[in-house]
Amino acid sequence: MIAPVGLAHYLTVAAVLLTLGVLGIFLNRKNVIVMLMSIELILLAVNLQLVAFSAHLGNLAGQVFAMFVLTIAAAEAAIGLAILVVYFRNRGSIAAEDPSMMKG
Amino acid sequence: MLIQSLAFYLFASVAIASGVMVISARNTVHAVLFLILAFFNAAGLFVLLGAEFLAMILIIVYVGAVAVLFLFVVMMLDVDTAAIRQGFLNYLPVGLLVGALLLGELAAVFGGWVLTPGVASKAPALDNTEALGRVLYTDYAFLFIGASMVLLLAMIGAIVLTFRQRAGVRRQDAATQINRRRDQAIELRKLASGSGA
Repeated sequence: MIAPVGLAHYLTVAAVLLTLGVLGIFLNRKNVIVMLMSIELILLAVNLQLVAFSAHLGNLAGQVFAMFVLTIAAAEAAIGLAILVVYFRNRGSIAAEDPSMMKG
Repeated sequence: MLIQSLAFYLFASVAIASGVMVISARNTVHAVLFLILAFFNAAGLFVLLGAEFLAMILIIVYVGAVAVLFLFVVMMLDVDTAAIRQGFLNYLPVGLLVGALLLGELAAVFGGWVLTPGVASKAPALDNTEALGRVLYTDYAFLFIGASMVLLLAMIGAIVLTFRQRAGVRRQDAATQINRRRDQAIELRKLASGSGA
């Protein structure tokens, strides 16, 4: 029989997703797009934690803050991709290692 | 209860599997599509937790806007995927080390963490969307306005960053068009019949 799903199950899923996001940032140093997607995964994990605690405690503040995190994530994706487009236009690559070679 | 558990395990496993594919997919377009799958499954988890409104927002904002933005940029930039993949394994040891450390720390936190019973109150009689709206527009009204300011800033920032004027492109200039007079644009000539202008 399957054990009933509780708060710890959701927190475990969120922890695994967060770890995957951090791992993705470390692994994809040559592709800023995937790094941005890893950041989205991290924010998704945070949202999952907030909503899980909100449901468990019967307090809606967690869901409201999850909405704010969602807003910031959307803004961050828009700005990040805009910077990426400008960067690609100037350099012709999207590797995260290249900015360390910039001069001046 | 059994159906709920099965749904949880289905959503959770697909979300984690697609998270793995996001960071390890060879093709960036596939990574974006797996990100969309991960968000869909997270929305399913939100529904299981009773947060229907956030689940819908997640699908609308992420799948409808952010993921499409990612796809658009991925397809617009002509990226050499082979060059991107060649240094992948260099970072694997340090990445795995950091990941294992983080997961271990989180496991330690969960292991030693006990929530005091009795804190959980009963679910509100309102449905989720209405209750969320009541809290959002009263207690968190200023934060709500602040969030809208952040979005405005992001919009203006993205436009300013990507705007460029190319040389040699003829652009429409409304002021010049409106300022044109009839005598500047049209010239009447008497022509003799049988001869060109």
